[in-house]
Amino acid sequence: MDTSFFLAWIKEAATAVQAERDHLTQLDAAIGDADHGANLDRGFAAVRQALADTPPETPGAVLVQAGSALIRKVGGASGPLYGTAFRQMGRALGDAPEITPAGLVTALEAAQEGVQKLGGAAEGDKTLVDAFAPAVRALAQAVQDGAKLADALETATTAAEEGARATVPLQARKGRASYLGPRSVGHEDPGAASTVLIFTALRRAAGQA
Amino acid sequence: MKKLINSVDAIVTDTLHGVAAAHPSLRVDIENRVIYRRDAPRPGKVGLVSGGGAGHEPLHGGFVGYGMLDAACPGEVFTSPVPDQMIEASKGVDGGAGVLHIVKNYTGDVLNFEMAAELCADEGIEVASVLVNDDVAVQDSLYTAGRRGTGATLFVEKIAGALAETGAPLAEVARLAQEVNERSRSFGVALSAGTVPAAGKPTFDLSDTEIELGIGIHGEPGRTRSTHREAREIARLAMDAINDDVPLSGDTLVLLNGMGGTPLLELYIVYAEVAAYLEEKGATAVRCLVGNYVTSLDMQGFSVSVCRLTDELTRLWDAPVETPGLRWGR
Repeated sequence: MDTSFFLAWIKEAATAVQAERDHLTQLDAAIGDADHGANLDRGFAAVRQALADTPPETPGAVLVQAGSALIRKVGGASGPLYGTAFRQMGRALGDAPEITPAGLVTALEAAQEGVQKLGGAAEGDKTLVDAFAPAVRALAQAVQDGAKLADALETATTAAEEGARATVPLQARKGRASYLGPRSVGHEDPGAASTVLIFTALRRAAGQA
Repeated sequence: MKKLINSVDAIVTDTLHGVAAAHPSLRVDIENRVIYRRDAPRPGKVGLVSGGGAGHEPLHGGFVGYGMLDAACPGEVFTSPVPDQMIEASKGVDGGAGVLHIVKNYTGDVLNFEMAAELCADEGIEVASVLVNDDVAVQDSLYTAGRRGTGATLFVEKIAGALAETGAPLAEVARLAQEVNERSRSFGVALSAGTVPAAGKPTFDLSDTEIELGIGIHGEPGRTRSTHREAREIARLAMDAINDDVPLSGDTLVLLNGMGGTPLLELYIVYAEVAAYLEEKGATAVRCLVGNYVTSLDMQGFSVSVCRLTDELTRLWDAPVETPGLRWGR
């Protein structure tokens, strides 16, 4: 996976977020404040602009730049959380021009660690971690088993989808939905839903490579 | 949805143009989205910076000026501002005595202000932070993001601002801000939800016979849905929630706050009940504000905030203030 692969990932993510903008906002209206889709869409538009203005030369630089743009433009909790995820990934990749599947796993693990450290959420708290963590675990296992990248990412995306669906019966313990207490039960977490889009985009990027 | 806007994407920018045009006592940096008092930075004075999503006006920009905030950063509607804004604001108000960040306890605000404080430290600006978490509707703090910061934010901004104006050092201003927060409690009730312009419809639906108890200020639904009833009973529910958390006594400062869509006529009806409730408990509202101060767009309803005063807090509350939203004594 080279720089153009990671640029394709960001592009796919931006497209997916734009397409699902209203859906994410609807999920957020049920248990949050009805702005998740609009905020992420604005953020990814800023990311694409930043990447076009100063084209990065390495995969790591793509992700650090993307993360910084998200932190600068999104606001709310999702800006710092997704921004940190991409920045930590980028840092983990260093300045290597070509990334192996094992390298991608390590970077995603660093992203997850950064998100959990910043937000303080564990699995089961009804946050994006509930989609992110199982996806990273599934990817790590598939890569270790020697699966092809596209297949491994398919497995990861399925795990993210299942994780997001599994947030429906949970009561939120972090973020704005936690204020609803038991009333947060019965709704999919919007952050988990957007994490599915990020992994879906990664799988699509691999499909193009 | 009918709104007096030019376009959904330009709401914050357009409102900042209006603030700049209306208030020559402020300096508005529209590009970086920061509202400053015109004479910032004041040498030797602690700078007070707050910020949060737009949609709560006059909070925070309307409280920038002598005796209150030195700068405010508005985010998008109901979305916390970003660290760049807070860093810019902190630089712009640092008169060498350090900067106090006043942060409402919402995950987004907390994360963005934390990142900003770290980056400010890297640039040599001394920053202290106070987290406002006055909302008693959130009970099980261990299993939530903690109590929300709502109406008491105004108390903290006014009283800490008055102390900062005397030249008190950062540690002292931060300590007092913390004390005001600890002495304050709030509870909110909605009759109808507000409409976030980007969403185009109310964030939740209530029938004519329903109300939401324990709402925050971002249009999020409350803790429970209940039946609509007389103002007297609703006021009592709200005050009971506060009094159950911290028994009320002595001199108090009360904010009877409209959420943006409630006529003052109704707010005064509720205030009469709040004042009577306090008397019944042996407490007195020696200072009060009735009106729209910490709003949630066009939501109908109210929040009530009570701060148990000390002589020092009363004196600082009475100290001169000159902002678009609050002004007296000067």
